[in-house]
Amino acid sequence: MIDDSLWFRPPPRPSQTPVAPPRPLIGMVSLTIDGQSVEVAASSTILEACRSIGVEIPTLCYLENLTPVNVCRICVVEVTGARVLVPACSRRVEPGMEIQTDSPRVALARRMVMEFLASSVDLSTAPQALEYARRYGARPERHGAAIETVEQPVKIDNDLYVRDYAKCILCYKCVEACGTDAQNTFAIAVAGRGFDARISTEADVPLPDSACVYCGNCIGVCPTGALMFRSEFEMRESGTWDESRQSKTDTICSYCGVGCTLTLHVQENRIVKVTSPMDVEVTHGNLCIKGRFGFEFVHDDPKEESSPVG
Amino acid sequence: MFGAGGGTNSYREIEETDVILLWGSNARETHPIFFHHLLKGIHHGARLFAIDPRRTSSARWAESWLGLEVGSDIALANAVGREIIAAGLVNREFVENATTGFEEYARAVEPCTLEYGERETGVPAEAIRGMAHAFARAERAMICWTLGITEHHNAVDNVLALINLSLLTGHVGRYGSGLNPLRGQNNVQGGGDMGALPDRFPGFQHVEVPEFRRKFEERWGVTLPPTRGWNITEMFEAMGEGELRALYVLGENPLQSEADQNLARRRLESLDFLVAQDIFLTATAAMADVVFPAAAGWCESDGTVTNSERRVQRVRKALEPPAGARDDVRILFDLARRMGHDWGEPRSEAIWDEVRSLAPPFAGMSYARIEALRGLQWPCYDDDHPGELFLHARLWERPIVGPRVAFHPVENDPPVERLSDEYPLRLTTGRRLDDYNTGVQTSGYASPLRRGESLDISPEDARRLGVHDGEVVRVSSPRGRIEVPIRIDDGLKPGLTFLTPHFPDEVATNLLTIDATDPRSGTAEFKAAAIRVDRLGGTGLT
Repeated sequence: MIDDSLWFRPPPRPSQTPVAPPRPLIGMVSLTIDGQSVEVAASSTILEACRSIGVEIPTLCYLENLTPVNVCRICVVEVTGARVLVPACSRRVEPGMEIQTDSPRVALARRMVMEFLASSVDLSTAPQALEYARRYGARPERHGAAIETVEQPVKIDNDLYVRDYAKCILCYKCVEACGTDAQNTFAIAVAGRGFDARISTEADVPLPDSACVYCGNCIGVCPTGALMFRSEFEMRESGTWDESRQSKTDTICSYCGVGCTLTLHVQENRIVKVTSPMDVEVTHGNLCIKGRFGFEFVHDDPKEESSPVG
Repeated sequence: MFGAGGGTNSYREIEETDVILLWGSNARETHPIFFHHLLKGIHHGARLFAIDPRRTSSARWAESWLGLEVGSDIALANAVGREIIAAGLVNREFVENATTGFEEYARAVEPCTLEYGERETGVPAEAIRGMAHAFARAERAMICWTLGITEHHNAVDNVLALINLSLLTGHVGRYGSGLNPLRGQNNVQGGGDMGALPDRFPGFQHVEVPEFRRKFEERWGVTLPPTRGWNITEMFEAMGEGELRALYVLGENPLQSEADQNLARRRLESLDFLVAQDIFLTATAAMADVVFPAAAGWCESDGTVTNSERRVQRVRKALEPPAGARDDVRILFDLARRMGHDWGEPRSEAIWDEVRSLAPPFAGMSYARIEALRGLQWPCYDDDHPGELFLHARLWERPIVGPRVAFHPVENDPPVERLSDEYPLRLTTGRRLDDYNTGVQTSGYASPLRRGESLDISPEDARRLGVHDGEVVRVSSPRGRIEVPIRIDDGLKPGLTFLTPHFPDEVATNLLTIDATDPRSGTAEFKAAAIRVDRLGGTGLT
């Protein structure tokens, strides 16, 4: 055996608790938001500055754990002296900035964003987007019934999740989660241009032929329900999906030793969906295929033969 | 290590380190969310060195892949250590202040030149030199490993060889520098922390230290054995010798997970009495005299588990267990009652509070704090302690707090089973992304990635053997034979083959593997058996 006193006793405490090295100091910047003075760190975005004083800014393509891509334009605000509206999610604060978050120009821009989205995309499983459309008075019907939409068949090509791009607002979140912001698998990207732009696997192959590893981190960030657990999709189709009868419980994954927090969405004593909280240091909201989909073994029922993939 | 069995760093530190040695680990597939943190490190400029006989999906992210021969890890580590010393890159200040035995170590590795390293490991000398210099010169550097280090007959020596490198360079006890075993199961860390080891009470308190033993004897009102017990391998040996006559197996499937299935079966059959407690009727449970149906710990009961960064986190009950299945703790309480000890109603928080009162590293971790902070990292000594981000900061204090830590020179010792004319191919084992261990849990879901089991071999060997992708072949080792389809993997070098343990009912990998075991850790050499491959119905080819 090892000849070492440390083999028999826990090591003594250090005299000081270990901490991370100090970060470089960041200066403060003063600006006004809707006439209110505010002081924030110079590295802040306008969005962060607004949130620090409780001014709400709508967002669709923004998420704390993803790099801003500025595509949805719902978060735009007016900066005095600027020619165009600026996206609050990515624009950094500057000393003396004067910002209007609710001017008529801002309200019109947000209304048009929601009108274009709501007239071309199925937002039926996107409660946040529907709320913005209502809040900004979007009237998508005024563009007429003949307007072009992104309607298309649901892609069902595996047992774990479905892709319903008729509900896709092209926010890029799934692409970012699949890419450098989390999973680094790069199975999907935006293909095509203009109105034909769409999320696609390489050469538009079905998922089982793509690089996809079924971590489902794209589902975790999708704001419209375009990407959905197959279990949720099928329950919605059959009319049995009922969030009012679901509980959410945080626990720890049963597989490897990383210790990912799983939020189990349970309806009638069955797990119907698994997510992870964004603010957990271990996962930042991300999971792997086993953590997100590998729960079936706890269900006390005979295993159904999986339907042929098609 | 150094008296506390746990990874020394937190996951977030790998995002800000400079050099990462990923040694015997395919974390991209086996610890995917840890690998997310590692990838952030790479995006921030960290240099990754992957040390693995296979060019895995993890190695594909590395600046340099060191594809060593299976089981030559110590030769590689000693060559790295020797090069660091020869190049004058030793962290003198750390070695002088915080360690003992450097001179002895330096003498022991002196013959391990780069040329020796290349000869013993198959890794080009220049690649060994490159890794040694990068590691030693880095401001921060971490070594992370998994079962590629520990599933060998000399597992403890392998770990000591890595510890020596971190002592040599001072890469331990600082932010972003340390030694990190990635745990394979969701509570393998917590199990050890709680004393589910043959020689420890909760909190790493050794049973052979009278003061620790007295503390537990007083609290529990019993006399406790003054010497260490058996680990699982010693238990199986004791079964073979008739010394162990009854076995109570909780949440483990040793018939299909022990390294030599035929031997394990004989030993389990030799018992007078076998009890199995599991959520399924596993192959082991099917042999048992009594089976206790258990609830699934992670979603049908309350408690805590501890992860690879020493973070104690809450598991919570989300589902009612199937009729008749009970929480593991309740089964133990019910059993105790039948044996004449009424422990009352099982309450996970009350049990945890008892742990806190007896084991100082957990004293400050109340359920309330664990909930509020989403987990706490041990050691956490009192209610105001934040938990330690990284371990062994004491080694950098001047003067050092507590004892110095020792270099342990170790010698290279290749796998027990040598290759021969009869068994000329090396078989190593590991896991894939979407499946897990013996498949008890993962067989329940329909993974689109699952291809079933295959014997992975190099394109060169496939050509030489005249076998094609998907062809079912007979694979034999000195202990058994199986039939399995071939899959050609260009990440394998000639002479190396790979199987997983995931589909034991179709392909019993542990009929082939060898139970050569490290007596100190109890782990078997799953990573190195010798096999031959024959075409079915054709002429024997090897």
